Formats: sequence, structure tokens, C-alpha cells
Amino acid sequence: MAQTPTPKIRMPATAKAGEVVEVKTLISHEMESGNRKDKDGKAIPRKIINKFTAKFNGNELMTVDWFPAISANPYQSFFVRVPESGTFTFEWLDDDGAVYKAEQKVTVS
Amino acid sequence: MIMSNPNLQPPERGLTLSRRDLLGASACAAVAAVLPAYPALAAGERTSQFEEAYAKLTGDRKPTERGVTFELPELAENGNMVPFSISVQSPMTDADYVKQVTILSTGNPQPVIATFHFSPDSGRAQISGRLRLARTQDLIAVAELNSGALVSGTANVKVTVGGCGG
Repeated sequence: MAQTPTPKIRMPATAKAGEVVEVKTLISHEMESGNRKDKDGKAIPRKIINKFTAKFNGNELMTVDWFPAISANPYQSFFVRVPESGTFTFEWLDDDGAVYKAEQKVTVS
Repeated sequence: MIMSNPNLQPPERGLTLSRRDLLGASACAAVAAVLPAYPALAAGERTSQFEEAYAKLTGDRKPTERGVTFELPELAENGNMVPFSISVQSPMTDADYVKQVTILSTGNPQPVIATFHFSPDSGRAQISGRLRLARTQDLIAVAELNSGALVSGTANVKVTVGGCGG
């Protein structure tokens, strides 16, 4: 791979207790589908991020299984409820076992 | 829009191709050449892989077509990056929430595109992202509620450049 995948998160840093907020995530990754062949006709092996997890203070809120039909540089937006001040962590699991992480603190005002 | 169509250039330009035309054309030809040949399916037809995955997902439960908004562009010029959004009507409380949503493709080499597992703390069963499509086809989003009931939504996308690399 050319470079280490870099995750990006966009979500509000403050919220009201119990408010549902939108989270936008993006990670740079080629998501090689395994269906393509190189110019010698050999199959290019699959290498994708196959799982995405969102947690709040360690509790799992949402997981997503990704398959090769997810575009390169996967973008995803979804919603979370903010019960109290705390930290959201987001994890992307690569086919090769690598885990890419990002986190965001949210303060309840 | 007519002015920008390369096929409608003034006649004095003759047969010369710009560097950009040539690069664009050869890049896609190269990608097309390395793609495995998919059996040509008529519009509305579904791959056997899709039927299998659909049967496995739904079992003997029959999804009702209601409450799922599945949005995709009608026409996708580039099958490599097609934006989608799904929203399932649900209060998302401990007593009543959407457990999971699966997107299935009727025309891709692999039928499952993604499965989203929600919890009541997800707040809203709504997601958006970008997916790959090999060719013009129908897509189905099947949502499973915590009661075990299934609801679904369908979308049709016409793909111009059949999923270069999809």
C-alpha cells in the first residue's frame, strides 16, 4: 500500500443530553475487490476493510460488515445518541488484521 | 450541454483526438479488458448468487415493502462510486428498533454489499455511503426489526460505465 490509511471524523463536539447527532467518517483505503486482474492476467488479491465499529465509552453502538462492493476510500455517515459526556471511538478492521482507530470527545452542555 | 459533447465537434476538427480523449478512452478499455466477462443478463434479471444470498437472509420470512427509504441516483455514470442512503422508519427505543440492514445487489459478482448492525443507541436507522456497481441493476435493502419482522426497499440504477474494477 502506498500509505497508511488515515481516518477522518466529523461530528459535533458538544451536544444536549440524549441528542441524536450525525457522524461522518472517511478513511483512505484502496478497497481492492479481488475481482480485478493485473496486465498479466493474474488476479489481484482482495484487500479491503471488512468491519467498522462505533463505540461510546467502550459500549458498542453500531458495527458494519463491508464487502468488496464498497467504494475505495470508504465514506460513511450515520447517527448516534449522546447520553452523557464521553468519548466515541471508531475502528476499521483491515483484511490483513490491521486496525485503524479514531476518537472524538463529546461534551454534554 | 450540446457544446460539450465530443461527438458534436465542428467538422474542421476532423479526426484528431485530444490527449484527454485518448487517455480516457484507453484507460477504460484497459480496465474493461481485465474484467472477467459477466454473463449478459437482461434488465430485471437476478444472478443466482443473489437468489442464494436473499434466501439465506430472509429464510421463510417474507419482507414487506414499507418504511424503508432507499435512495440511489437513477443514473450512475461511474459504477465505481455510487452514493446511496438508506433510512428505516423506527423509533429506535429498547422496545422497538432496527437490528440490522443488509444491502443486496442483483447484478454484482458478489451479492452482499454491506450489513449494518444497529443498537437502540444508534439513535436513528439512517446511513449513507458509496458503493460499486458492475452494471445496470436493482438493489434491495432488507431491514430486520428487533421483533424479527423484515421490511425492505428497492432501487434501480442505470450504470453507464459498468463498474470499472467493480
